[in-house]
Amino acid sequence: MEAIDPFIFRLSIFVLACFVGYYVVWSVTPALHTPLMSVTNAISSVIVVGALIAVSVTALNDSAWISKILGFFALILASVNIFGGFLVTQRMLAMYKKKEKK
Amino acid sequence: MNANLAAILYLVAGVLFIQALRGLSNPEMSRSGNRNGMIGMAIAIVTTLFATGLKDPLTWGMIFAGLAIGGGLGAVTARRIAMTAMPQLVAFFHSLVGLAAVLVAAAALYSPEAYNIGLPGEIHTFSIIEMSLGVAVGAITFTGSIIAFAKLNGNMSGAPILLPARHIINLLLLGSIVGLTIYFISAQEPWIFWAITVLSLILGFTLIIPIGGADMPVVVSMLNSYSGWAAALIGFTLENTALIITGALVGSSGAILSYIMCKGMNRSFISVIAGGFGGEVAAGGGVVETRPVKQGSAEDAAFIMKNAASVIIVPGYGMAVAQAQHALREMADLLKKEGVKVSYAIHPVAGRMPGHMNVLLAEASVPYDEVFELEDINSQFAQADVAYVIGANDVTNPSAKTNPQSPIYGMPVLDVEKAKTVLFIKRGMGSGYAGIENELFFRDNTMMLFADAKKMTEGIVKALG
Repeated sequence: MEAIDPFIFRLSIFVLACFVGYYVVWSVTPALHTPLMSVTNAISSVIVVGALIAVSVTALNDSAWISKILGFFALILASVNIFGGFLVTQRMLAMYKKKEKK
Repeated sequence: MNANLAAILYLVAGVLFIQALRGLSNPEMSRSGNRNGMIGMAIAIVTTLFATGLKDPLTWGMIFAGLAIGGGLGAVTARRIAMTAMPQLVAFFHSLVGLAAVLVAAAALYSPEAYNIGLPGEIHTFSIIEMSLGVAVGAITFTGSIIAFAKLNGNMSGAPILLPARHIINLLLLGSIVGLTIYFISAQEPWIFWAITVLSLILGFTLIIPIGGADMPVVVSMLNSYSGWAAALIGFTLENTALIITGALVGSSGAILSYIMCKGMNRSFISVIAGGFGGEVAAGGGVVETRPVKQGSAEDAAFIMKNAASVIIVPGYGMAVAQAQHALREMADLLKKEGVKVSYAIHPVAGRMPGHMNVLLAEASVPYDEVFELEDINSQFAQADVAYVIGANDVTNPSAKTNPQSPIYGMPVLDVEKAKTVLFIKRGMGSGYAGIENELFFRDNTMMLFADAKKMTEGIVKALG
């Protein structure tokens, strides 16, 4: 049998992660659906990885410069989301309190 | 850094992100879950910085400047934003993920060797497809979220805007995007990439403008899902496990939330996407309602609630608009002092995003164990003395259960009419977003309190104190 394309491995990870996501999200209590959305926002900004790769391109020619600058803007946008998303989630979660026992 | 080590660290980040979502199964665990998410993100960033090798001072400068500018803006926004503005903020954040996906895909197109996906003009076929899909979904998420933001923030009317032949326009746009993607595989010209981007930007716009304000919970969830799929597709291009895992998590999370919201309104996902709901406010408005309603004052309401054994509060979007949650909690505290049992009933689509009401009540320091979901509390209305409806309307309409002609027939509703007395706060006699008359107003056990939600609640607080 010939070698498996690495794409298939990534596809496997993707499909399994969809199932993990499905079961994990169903177990989220409806009271926390808003924090769920803001935290998913924050974690999807892991796209910052792509932005960092672009910024780190060695600028030898024009197209490398284009990548570097596009990457820089992507980095700003992703950073807004990372900091904004996690901090606003933290702020919300800190508000959920139980009834005080008297 | 060794590529295998980097891959393992990305996997660790992915697992920490799963933990972050898992933590949300209860409020106590959620705070450490959020910390796990932050640690995962830090690992992903540091790993990338090492993996991309040595950098010149300019590059380091750009990296720190980018993180500082973006991080500063994000941190300030997170601190200042009012809790009532969460739906807009989330829509805004979605748009950023979408735009970042577009920019990263473009960067990969111009420097494919940095991403290990081939040489300029000779990018691998799989990568081209992933890149095109990623940029298309990212661009749709971007403009779609901008429209959702404008509608939620009031920069744009919440009413659906119906273009003629909009379904045909959307199909044409979609067809052109697919066609260009196929063409892009053989002819790797940047203009094709940008054409795909522009068409997708337009598609995002035309997809969301026909959807009315009240369907926003579905739209916000749907865009959440799109931003995830965009991230996952970019993850395939970057061959990055953390991004693929995260994209899949976020994508399925948004899809599940959309499903829950649709079920809460008894609408199919397709009918929400097709849009137009809530547009025909005038429909049936030809008949002027003349039946009498019982009206009351804050003093009457205070008297009734003081003498009740149990009160169920039903908040809706109007409470958020009037910022009445703090006054409401004060009222509940005074009632509890009088020995009244107070609980809160939340309909799944109350507000403009999933869980909107819960956050606002939490902000006003309402303990979360007094707040119940529809299926957990609906049977208790029959034993309750008072249902205090503040800013909700359609989710309490009994005709959803009895009148098959009603546009909301079949939608799960809160059985408020079963309570001994219904106190219904409303600014005027207008109908809800769906333009539907609420049968509840004319019932014998309903007392209408015509006022702003906050002013009325404050009035009751005064009368109680």
